[in-house]
Amino acid sequence: MIDVNGLTKTYGAHRAVDNVSFTARPGRVTGFLGPNGAGKSTTMRMMVGLTPPSSGTARVCGAAYADLPNPPREVGVLLDASAQHAGRTGREILTIAAMTAGLPRSRATAMLDLVSLTEEEADRRVRNYSLGMRQRLGIAVALVGEPEVLVLDEPANGLDPAGIRWMRDLLRGFAAAGGTVLLSSHLLHEIEVIADDLVVIGRGRIVAEGTKASLLERAGTVVAPVEGADAAALVRACTAAGLGVTRQGDGSLRVEAEAPVVGRLAHQADVPLAQLQPAGGTGLEEMFLQLTADTQRETPTTEGIAA
Amino acid sequence: MSTTVPTDPGTAPARAGAPTAPPALARSDRSDRSARADLRRPSFGRLVAVEARKTFDTRAGLWLCASIVLLALVATAAVIAFAPQEDLDYGQFAGAIGTPMAIILPVLAILSVTSEWSQRSGLTTFTMVPQRGRVIGAKATVAALVGVVSMLVALGVGAVGTVVGSAIAGIDPVWDVTVAQFAAIVIANLLGMAVGFMLGVLLRSSPAAIVAYFVYSFVLSTLSYTLASLQQWWADLQPWLDFNYAQTALFQDWPTGEQWAHLATASVPWLVLPLAVGLLLLRRSEVK
Repeated sequence: MIDVNGLTKTYGAHRAVDNVSFTARPGRVTGFLGPNGAGKSTTMRMMVGLTPPSSGTARVCGAAYADLPNPPREVGVLLDASAQHAGRTGREILTIAAMTAGLPRSRATAMLDLVSLTEEEADRRVRNYSLGMRQRLGIAVALVGEPEVLVLDEPANGLDPAGIRWMRDLLRGFAAAGGTVLLSSHLLHEIEVIADDLVVIGRGRIVAEGTKASLLERAGTVVAPVEGADAAALVRACTAAGLGVTRQGDGSLRVEAEAPVVGRLAHQADVPLAQLQPAGGTGLEEMFLQLTADTQRETPTTEGIAA
Repeated sequence: MSTTVPTDPGTAPARAGAPTAPPALARSDRSDRSARADLRRPSFGRLVAVEARKTFDTRAGLWLCASIVLLALVATAAVIAFAPQEDLDYGQFAGAIGTPMAIILPVLAILSVTSEWSQRSGLTTFTMVPQRGRVIGAKATVAALVGVVSMLVALGVGAVGTVVGSAIAGIDPVWDVTVAQFAAIVIANLLGMAVGFMLGVLLRSSPAAIVAYFVYSFVLSTLSYTLASLQQWWADLQPWLDFNYAQTALFQDWPTGEQWAHLATASVPWLVLPLAVGLLLLRRSEVK
């Protein structure tokens, strides 16, 4: 369980993180999504006590992180896979982590097996690791204390497709056993295959939050009139009903409403349809791009997802 | 990556299932946890053991420590080979061994702190142990232990050198260093390490702290010496305010009461205060 309440971090006049609140629940994978520089890493660093917040609190396993007596036994953290002493071997880094957590050294070997680092790779110095190997090592360090909460910043970075699939299965298994997983990414497709819940952040503020299913619903409906029909009439009808309409590349329209609503509108406007279906993943991507584009302007607009 | 992963990635989680399963503690009620023995704070002894391991487990750390022993052997051999016969006393050996050590030990103390930032391993260290003061305390303990052990090694190598050197020269070994003198020199080296440690805590950057150390111990002392030779007021104040100068007493003999007072006074602006400021900043700073 992770409970973030009103976290804010200001650097001079710049608000890197602005009143961020959300909850990551046990048994679920929570995706923390946002473009680069949106405040994901700063939020995560505040959650684990590496950055003092300007205001707000974060509770992990029911306590402020700094009050956890032996954090690695409760929370596994991977913030930056490259943040390791380049002169240590992977095995040594895991041994130190196991020692710090008060665990036998055999735990280090078990972790190497878990993340599929071979004996030979384990004895190489980290400076000679690929980014994918560093991510695997970082995940091994996070898991070394058998925690019940995982906090992972961009863990899929540098992993190849097989590695991403491996990580997805690992994290799904972890959540299925009752663990809490919070992972960040700037890539929607990376996160939407893993996450149950999504928290979308842009310019330090949360712009959308909810279960993946509910966000998919909000992504709207893709609708296409039959050829020769009056598409403009349909657009007018939707706009008159207060619904956002986006024209898509293939000539279809994305309407920010559920399919039955759009179907009824088309019927009333007397526009025959060739296609009417929930926007789904593509819609989510559209929505994400729109949200992040919005948040790059001065005033973030969230109407698109508040529908 | 596919070439380096021996198993089909699809099967890895099945094999991994058991060790990843989190303990059956999903509630956020912390009273459940007071009974769990593994949820106790790591003991200071454990932190010292971890930090000691981290001192030697990199090439840089290993070679720094190995170089202390190697340079002691080289210095001893050089004294036997080049020093005139009448100078083959224990003081000569101790001096030859002590000089390189006085430079290496502070660098070791600096790196024990700064590598957490320069190598960014602090991200892991300080998430595993959020009480940063305890980690820094463990590092200071390890640095002090390494300092004392190194000095004992120097003592041993120097003694062997004295015996061997005098046997080669056909003279009786000369033991001209008292226990008090040796103890004073150990304290001097520990103070040098403390200064390095302080600069590491204050600057949190390996190159900056190492440069600052050499400026501190060589440039500042020269400037102070020059100023003292030109200005009487500074010549009077120097023993009380120049920490480097105050330390020179430790290399002569066991210091007098007044010399201890000099050391104590001069350490306040040059060691105690900056260390206190550095610790305060370090505990609040952002680890990136």
